[in-house]
Amino acid sequence: MGLFFIFVAIVLTQNFVLHYFLGICPFLGVSDEMEGAFGMGIATTFVMTLTAIITWNINTFILKAFNVEFLEYVSFILVIASLVQLVEMFLKKYLPELYETLGIYLPLITTNCAVLGLALFMVLREYNFVESAVFGFGAGVGFTLALVVMAGIRGEINEEDIPEPFRGTGITLLVAGLLALAFMGFSGLVPT
Amino acid sequence: MKVNEMIKDFVKGIWKENPVFVQVLGMCPTLAVTTSLINGLSMGLATTFVLVASGLAISALRKLIPDQVRIASFMIIISSFVTVVKLLFEAHIPEISSQLGPYLPLIVTNCIILGRQEAFASKEPVGRSLLDSLGMGVGFIFALVVLGSVRELFYQGTIGGFELLGSWYKSMVIMVQPAGAFISLSLLVALFHKLSGSE
Repeated sequence: MGLFFIFVAIVLTQNFVLHYFLGICPFLGVSDEMEGAFGMGIATTFVMTLTAIITWNINTFILKAFNVEFLEYVSFILVIASLVQLVEMFLKKYLPELYETLGIYLPLITTNCAVLGLALFMVLREYNFVESAVFGFGAGVGFTLALVVMAGIRGEINEEDIPEPFRGTGITLLVAGLLALAFMGFSGLVPT
Repeated sequence: MKVNEMIKDFVKGIWKENPVFVQVLGMCPTLAVTTSLINGLSMGLATTFVLVASGLAISALRKLIPDQVRIASFMIIISSFVTVVKLLFEAHIPEISSQLGPYLPLIVTNCIILGRQEAFASKEPVGRSLLDSLGMGVGFIFALVVLGSVRELFYQGTIGGFELLGSWYKSMVIMVQPAGAFISLSLLVALFHKLSGSE
Protein backbone atom coordinates (compact mmCIF):
# COMPACT_ATOMS: atom_id res chain seq x y z
CA MET A 1 0.00 0.00 0.00
CA GLY A 2 1.46 3.34 -1.07
CA LEU A 3 1.96 6.37 1.12
CA PHE A 4 -1.04 8.09 -0.42
CA PHE A 5 -3.37 5.24 0.53
CA ILE A 6 -2.00 5.10 4.06
CA PHE A 7 -2.88 8.77 4.38
CA VAL A 8 -6.36 8.52 2.84
CA ALA A 9 -7.17 5.41 4.86
CA ILE A 10 -6.30 6.93 8.20
CA VAL A 11 -8.04 10.23 7.51
CA LEU A 12 -11.26 8.94 5.97
CA THR A 13 -11.95 5.23 5.79
CA GLN A 14 -10.28 4.14 9.03
CA ASN A 15 -10.56 7.40 10.92
CA PHE A 16 -9.01 7.05 14.36
CA VAL A 17 -12.05 8.42 16.16
CA LEU A 18 -14.89 6.97 14.13
CA HIS A 19 -13.39 3.61 13.20
CA TYR A 20 -10.92 2.70 15.95
CA PHE A 21 -12.63 4.62 18.79
CA LEU A 22 -9.35 6.28 19.74
CA GLY A 23 -9.46 9.75 21.25
CA ILE A 24 -13.14 9.52 22.13
CA CYS A 25 -12.76 11.46 25.40
CA PRO A 26 -11.74 14.78 23.80
CA PHE A 27 -14.14 14.04 20.94
CA LEU A 28 -17.12 13.85 23.30
CA GLY A 29 -15.89 16.34 25.88
CA VAL A 30 -14.06 19.29 24.41
CA SER A 31 -15.70 19.84 21.07
CA ASP A 32 -18.38 22.41 21.80
CA GLU A 33 -17.00 25.26 19.70
CA MET A 34 -15.21 25.14 16.38
CA GLU A 35 -12.18 27.17 17.39
CA GLY A 36 -11.35 25.10 20.45
CA ALA A 37 -11.84 21.89 18.49
CA PHE A 38 -9.49 23.10 15.79
CA GLY A 39 -6.82 24.15 18.31
CA MET A 40 -7.02 20.80 20.06
CA GLY A 41 -6.76 19.05 16.69
CA ILE A 42 -3.67 20.99 15.61
CA ALA A 43 -1.91 20.43 18.96
CA THR A 44 -2.68 16.71 18.79
CA THR A 45 -1.56 16.41 15.16
CA PHE A 46 1.75 18.01 16.10
CA VAL A 47 2.33 15.63 19.02
CA MET A 48 1.18 12.62 16.97
CA THR A 49 3.58 13.29 14.10
CA LEU A 50 6.51 13.69 16.51
CA THR A 51 5.42 10.61 18.47
CA ALA A 52 5.37 8.52 15.30
CA ILE A 53 8.87 9.65 14.36
CA ILE A 54 10.40 9.16 17.81
CA THR A 55 8.72 5.90 18.80
CA TRP A 56 9.66 4.36 15.44
CA ASN A 57 13.31 5.06 16.19
CA ILE A 58 13.06 3.82 19.76
CA ASN A 59 11.28 0.67 18.68
CA THR A 60 13.73 -0.12 15.88
CA PHE A 61 17.06 0.91 17.36
CA ILE A 62 16.56 0.24 21.07
CA LEU A 63 13.70 -2.17 21.80
CA LYS A 64 14.22 -4.53 18.85
CA ALA A 65 18.00 -4.19 18.77
CA PHE A 66 18.35 -5.18 22.42
CA ASN A 67 15.44 -7.62 22.48
CA VAL A 68 13.57 -5.80 25.21
CA GLU A 69 10.20 -5.50 23.47
CA PHE A 70 8.36 -6.10 26.74
CA LEU A 71 9.30 -2.54 27.67
CA GLU A 72 7.20 -1.27 24.75
CA TYR A 73 4.32 0.27 26.71
CA VAL A 74 6.41 1.78 29.48
CA SER A 75 8.85 3.42 27.07
CA PHE A 76 6.13 4.65 24.67
CA ILE A 77 4.12 6.30 27.41
CA LEU A 78 7.29 7.91 28.79
CA VAL A 79 8.11 9.28 25.34
CA ILE A 80 4.63 10.70 24.92
CA ALA A 81 4.51 12.25 28.39
CA SER A 82 7.91 13.90 28.04
CA LEU A 83 7.18 14.98 24.45
CA VAL A 84 4.03 16.76 25.56
CA GLN A 85 5.99 18.44 28.34
CA LEU A 86 8.72 19.45 25.88
CA VAL A 87 6.29 20.85 23.33
CA GLU A 88 4.64 22.83 26.09
CA MET A 89 7.94 24.36 27.25
CA PHE A 90 9.04 25.09 23.68
CA LEU A 91 5.80 26.86 22.80
CA LYS A 92 5.83 28.83 26.03
CA LYS A 93 9.30 30.18 25.29
CA TYR A 94 9.31 30.72 21.55
CA LEU A 95 5.70 30.96 20.41
CA PRO A 96 3.82 32.47 23.38
CA GLU A 97 0.84 33.42 21.21
CA LEU A 98 0.31 29.86 20.02
CA TYR A 99 0.84 28.69 23.60
CA GLU A 100 -2.00 30.94 24.77
CA THR A 101 -4.37 29.24 22.32
CA LEU A 102 -3.20 25.63 22.70
CA GLY A 103 -1.91 25.72 26.26
CA ILE A 104 -4.90 24.26 28.03
CA TYR A 105 -5.18 21.31 25.64
CA LEU A 106 -1.60 20.16 25.82
CA PRO A 107 -1.57 18.27 29.16
CA LEU A 108 -4.73 16.43 28.08
CA ILE A 109 -2.90 14.90 25.14
CA THR A 110 -0.84 12.59 27.39
CA THR A 111 -3.94 10.59 28.27
CA ASN A 112 -5.37 10.78 24.75
CA CYS A 113 -5.40 7.15 23.78
CA ALA A 114 -5.11 8.11 20.11
CA VAL A 115 -1.45 8.99 20.62
CA LEU A 116 -0.47 5.73 22.31
CA GLY A 117 -2.78 3.87 19.93
CA LEU A 118 -0.90 5.37 17.02
CA ALA A 119 2.42 4.06 18.32
CA LEU A 120 0.95 0.59 18.91
CA PHE A 121 -0.71 0.36 15.49
CA MET A 122 2.51 1.50 13.86
CA VAL A 123 4.49 -1.31 15.46
CA LEU A 124 1.75 -3.86 14.77
CA ARG A 125 1.63 -3.00 11.06
CA GLU A 126 5.44 -2.95 10.75
CA TYR A 127 5.55 0.37 8.91
CA ASN A 128 8.92 1.74 7.82
CA PHE A 129 10.14 5.17 8.85
CA VAL A 130 8.46 7.29 6.16
CA GLU A 131 5.22 5.30 6.36
CA SER A 132 5.14 5.84 10.13
CA ALA A 133 5.58 9.58 9.80
CA VAL A 134 2.78 9.78 7.19
CA PHE A 135 0.59 7.55 9.36
CA GLY A 136 1.16 9.76 12.41
CA PHE A 137 0.41 12.97 10.52
CA GLY A 138 -2.66 11.46 8.82
CA ALA A 139 -4.00 10.17 12.13
CA GLY A 140 -3.76 13.71 13.48
CA VAL A 141 -5.52 15.17 10.45
CA GLY A 142 -8.30 12.59 10.75
CA PHE A 143 -8.68 13.35 14.44
CA THR A 144 -8.92 17.09 13.70
CA LEU A 145 -11.49 16.46 10.97
CA ALA A 146 -13.71 14.39 13.27
CA LEU A 147 -13.40 16.92 16.09
CA VAL A 148 -14.28 19.91 13.90
CA VAL A 149 -17.25 18.18 12.23
CA MET A 150 -18.55 17.16 15.64
CA ALA A 151 -18.14 20.70 17.00
CA GLY A 152 -20.17 22.10 14.11
CA ILE A 153 -22.98 19.61 14.64
CA ARG A 154 -23.05 20.15 18.38
CA GLY A 155 -23.33 23.88 17.88
CA GLU A 156 -26.56 23.24 15.95
CA ILE A 157 -27.87 20.60 18.35
CA ASN A 158 -27.60 22.87 21.39
CA GLU A 159 -30.41 24.96 19.94
CA GLU A 160 -32.77 22.02 19.60
CA ASP A 161 -35.26 20.56 22.03
CA ILE A 162 -33.76 17.18 22.92
CA PRO A 163 -35.64 14.58 25.01
CA GLU A 164 -34.47 14.70 28.63
CA PRO A 165 -32.60 11.35 28.91
CA PHE A 166 -30.65 12.01 25.71
CA ARG A 167 -29.27 15.40 26.77
CA GLY A 168 -25.50 15.57 26.94
CA THR A 169 -23.79 12.25 26.35
CA GLY A 170 -26.70 10.40 24.76
CA ILE A 171 -27.25 12.70 21.82
CA THR A 172 -23.50 13.16 21.26
CA LEU A 173 -23.00 9.41 20.98
CA LEU A 174 -25.98 9.15 18.64
CA VAL A 175 -24.49 11.84 16.38
CA ALA A 176 -21.14 10.03 16.50
CA GLY A 177 -22.92 6.86 15.37
CA LEU A 178 -24.47 8.65 12.40
CA LEU A 179 -21.10 10.20 11.55
CA ALA A 180 -19.52 6.74 11.65
CA LEU A 181 -22.23 5.54 9.26
CA ALA A 182 -21.51 8.46 6.95
CA PHE A 183 -17.78 7.79 7.00
CA MET A 184 -18.46 4.17 6.01
CA GLY A 185 -19.42 5.66 2.65
CA PHE A 186 -15.73 6.40 2.04
CA SER A 187 -14.75 2.75 2.34
CA GLY A 188 -14.45 2.24 -1.43
CA LEU A 189 -11.69 4.82 -1.68
CA VAL A 190 -8.91 2.55 -0.53
CA PRO A 191 -8.30 -0.79 -2.27
CA THR A 192 -7.91 -3.61 0.22
CA MET B 1 -13.67 3.67 59.45
CA LYS B 2 -17.33 2.79 59.75
CA VAL B 3 -18.87 -0.03 57.85
CA ASN B 4 -21.42 2.06 55.96
CA GLU B 5 -18.67 4.43 54.81
CA MET B 6 -16.79 1.43 53.47
CA ILE B 7 -19.89 0.25 51.64
CA LYS B 8 -20.38 3.74 50.24
CA ASP B 9 -16.80 3.83 48.90
CA PHE B 10 -17.46 0.57 47.12
CA VAL B 11 -21.01 0.98 45.86
CA LYS B 12 -20.76 4.49 44.41
CA GLY B 13 -18.71 3.25 41.44
CA ILE B 14 -21.34 0.73 40.43
CA TRP B 15 -24.39 2.96 40.04
CA LYS B 16 -24.24 6.59 41.21
CA GLU B 17 -20.80 7.35 39.76
CA ASN B 18 -20.69 4.58 37.18
CA PRO B 19 -17.53 5.26 35.15
CA VAL B 20 -19.15 4.61 31.76
CA PHE B 21 -22.79 5.65 32.05
CA VAL B 22 -22.38 8.65 34.38
CA GLN B 23 -18.77 9.83 34.19
CA VAL B 24 -18.34 8.94 30.49
CA LEU B 25 -14.76 7.73 31.01
CA GLY B 26 -12.89 4.89 29.36
CA MET B 27 -14.92 5.19 26.17
CA CYS B 28 -12.31 3.73 23.80
CA PRO B 29 -12.31 0.16 25.18
CA THR B 30 -16.01 0.41 25.99
CA LEU B 31 -16.89 0.97 22.35
CA ALA B 32 -14.11 -1.00 20.70
CA VAL B 33 -14.16 -4.42 22.33
CA THR B 34 -17.82 -4.95 23.23
CA THR B 35 -18.67 -6.93 20.11
CA SER B 36 -19.57 -9.85 22.36
CA LEU B 37 -20.20 -10.62 26.01
CA ILE B 38 -16.96 -12.55 26.46
CA ASN B 39 -14.77 -9.80 24.97
CA GLY B 40 -16.41 -7.15 27.12
CA LEU B 41 -16.02 -9.28 30.23
CA SER B 42 -12.32 -10.01 29.66
CA MET B 43 -11.58 -6.35 28.98
CA GLY B 44 -13.49 -5.42 32.15
CA LEU B 45 -11.55 -7.91 34.25
CA ALA B 46 -8.18 -6.84 32.82
CA THR B 47 -8.95 -3.18 33.47
CA THR B 48 -10.15 -3.90 37.00
CA PHE B 49 -6.94 -5.77 37.77
CA VAL B 50 -4.82 -2.84 36.60
CA LEU B 51 -7.05 -0.37 38.42
CA VAL B 52 -6.86 -2.24 41.73
CA ALA B 53 -3.15 -3.10 41.53
CA SER B 54 -2.01 0.39 40.56
CA GLY B 55 -4.43 1.92 43.07
CA LEU B 56 -2.81 -0.14 45.83
CA ALA B 57 0.72 0.69 44.69
CA ILE B 58 0.07 4.41 44.30
CA SER B 59 -1.83 4.70 47.56
CA ALA B 60 1.02 2.94 49.38
CA LEU B 61 3.64 5.15 47.72
CA ARG B 62 1.64 8.38 47.89
CA LYS B 63 3.97 10.04 50.40
CA LEU B 64 7.11 9.13 48.45
CA ILE B 65 6.05 10.43 45.02
CA PRO B 66 6.95 14.11 44.54
CA ASP B 67 4.02 16.21 43.42
CA GLN B 68 5.63 17.60 40.25
CA VAL B 69 6.32 14.24 38.66
CA ARG B 70 3.24 12.42 39.95
CA ILE B 71 1.50 11.99 36.58
CA ALA B 72 4.64 10.53 34.99
CA SER B 73 5.13 8.20 37.99
CA PHE B 74 1.47 7.09 37.84
CA MET B 75 1.82 6.34 34.14
CA ILE B 76 4.92 4.19 34.70
CA ILE B 77 3.22 2.22 37.49
CA ILE B 78 0.08 1.75 35.41
CA SER B 79 1.93 0.70 32.27
CA SER B 80 3.99 -1.84 34.22
CA PHE B 81 0.81 -3.52 35.44
CA VAL B 82 -0.64 -3.40 31.92
CA THR B 83 2.48 -5.20 30.65
CA VAL B 84 1.84 -7.89 33.29
CA VAL B 85 -1.76 -8.31 32.14
CA LYS B 86 -0.78 -8.42 28.47
CA LEU B 87 1.82 -11.14 29.07
CA LEU B 88 -0.64 -13.15 31.20
CA PHE B 89 -3.34 -12.92 28.53
CA GLU B 90 -0.90 -13.93 25.79
CA ALA B 91 0.26 -16.95 27.74
CA HIS B 92 -3.08 -18.28 29.02
CA ILE B 93 -5.88 -17.04 26.74
CA PRO B 94 -4.17 -16.26 23.42
CA GLU B 95 -7.42 -16.18 21.37
CA ILE B 96 -8.95 -13.44 23.50
CA SER B 97 -5.63 -11.61 23.60
CA SER B 98 -5.48 -11.49 19.81
CA GLN B 99 -9.15 -10.44 19.56
CA LEU B 100 -8.59 -7.52 21.89
CA GLY B 101 -5.45 -6.63 19.91
CA PRO B 102 -3.99 -3.20 20.63
CA TYR B 103 -6.91 -2.32 22.91
CA LEU B 104 -5.42 -4.43 25.70
CA PRO B 105 -2.23 -2.32 25.97
CA LEU B 106 -4.40 0.77 25.55
CA ILE B 107 -5.63 0.20 29.11
CA VAL B 108 -2.62 2.39 29.96
CA THR B 109 -4.45 5.47 28.71
CA ASN B 110 -7.86 4.48 30.06
CA CYS B 111 -8.94 7.69 31.75
CA ILE B 112 -10.78 5.77 34.49
CA ILE B 113 -7.47 4.50 35.84
CA LEU B 114 -5.50 7.74 35.85
CA GLY B 115 -8.62 9.60 36.99
CA ARG B 116 -9.08 7.39 40.05
CA GLN B 117 -5.39 7.62 40.97
CA GLU B 118 -5.45 11.40 40.71
CA ALA B 119 -8.79 11.85 42.47
CA PHE B 120 -8.59 9.13 45.10
CA ALA B 121 -5.61 6.80 45.47
CA SER B 122 -3.00 9.56 45.66
CA LYS B 123 -4.81 11.12 48.63
CA GLU B 124 -6.44 8.31 50.58
CA PRO B 125 -5.09 5.35 52.62
CA VAL B 126 -4.69 1.90 51.09
CA GLY B 127 -7.94 0.43 52.47
CA ARG B 128 -10.26 3.09 51.10
CA SER B 129 -8.41 3.15 47.80
CA LEU B 130 -8.87 -0.61 47.44
CA LEU B 131 -12.64 -0.33 47.95
CA ASP B 132 -12.87 2.62 45.59
CA SER B 133 -11.00 0.93 42.76
CA LEU B 134 -12.91 -2.35 43.26
CA GLY B 135 -16.19 -0.45 43.03
CA MET B 136 -15.16 1.44 39.91
CA GLY B 137 -13.89 -1.82 38.38
CA VAL B 138 -17.17 -3.61 39.03
CA GLY B 139 -19.06 -0.63 37.60
CA PHE B 140 -16.92 -0.77 34.48
CA ILE B 141 -17.38 -4.54 34.10
CA PHE B 142 -21.13 -4.08 34.53
CA ALA B 143 -21.23 -1.49 31.73
CA LEU B 144 -19.08 -3.58 29.36
CA VAL B 145 -21.09 -6.75 30.00
CA VAL B 146 -24.41 -5.00 29.36
CA LEU B 147 -23.17 -3.33 26.17
CA GLY B 148 -21.45 -6.53 24.99
CA SER B 149 -24.59 -8.61 25.57
CA VAL B 150 -26.86 -6.14 23.78
CA ARG B 151 -24.57 -5.92 20.76
CA GLU B 152 -24.04 -9.68 20.56
CA LEU B 153 -27.78 -10.33 20.93
CA PHE B 154 -28.76 -8.01 18.09
CA TYR B 155 -25.81 -9.06 15.94
CA GLN B 156 -26.42 -12.78 15.84
CA GLY B 157 -29.13 -13.55 18.38
CA THR B 158 -26.83 -15.02 21.03
CA ILE B 159 -25.52 -13.96 24.43
CA GLY B 160 -22.23 -15.44 25.55
CA GLY B 161 -22.52 -17.98 22.71
CA PHE B 162 -25.98 -19.27 23.78
CA GLU B 163 -28.64 -18.98 21.13
CA LEU B 164 -31.55 -16.94 22.42
CA LEU B 165 -33.48 -15.74 19.42
CA GLY B 166 -33.54 -18.93 17.34
CA SER B 167 -32.60 -19.52 13.75
CA TRP B 168 -35.20 -17.16 12.25
CA TYR B 169 -33.12 -14.19 13.39
CA LYS B 170 -31.24 -12.50 10.55
CA SER B 171 -27.92 -11.15 11.80
CA MET B 172 -27.44 -7.39 11.88
CA VAL B 173 -23.86 -6.70 10.85
CA ILE B 174 -24.13 -3.02 11.80
CA MET B 175 -24.08 -4.00 15.50
CA VAL B 176 -20.45 -5.12 15.39
CA GLN B 177 -19.41 -2.13 13.31
CA PRO B 178 -18.42 1.26 14.78
CA ALA B 179 -21.78 2.91 14.04
CA GLY B 180 -23.63 0.17 15.93
CA ALA B 181 -21.33 0.63 18.91
CA PHE B 182 -22.00 4.36 19.15
CA ILE B 183 -25.74 4.02 18.69
CA SER B 184 -26.23 1.18 21.19
CA LEU B 185 -24.16 2.97 23.82
CA SER B 186 -26.16 6.14 23.19
CA LEU B 187 -29.43 4.30 23.79
CA LEU B 188 -28.03 2.60 26.92
CA VAL B 189 -26.81 5.91 28.38
CA ALA B 190 -30.25 7.44 27.78
CA LEU B 191 -31.91 4.41 29.41
CA PHE B 192 -29.56 4.70 32.39
CA HIS B 193 -30.40 8.37 32.82
CA LYS B 194 -34.11 7.58 32.60
CA LEU B 195 -33.83 4.84 35.25
CA SER B 196 -31.67 6.80 37.69
CA GLY B 197 -33.45 10.12 37.09
CA SER B 198 -36.44 9.17 39.24
CA GLU B 199 -34.35 8.86 42.41
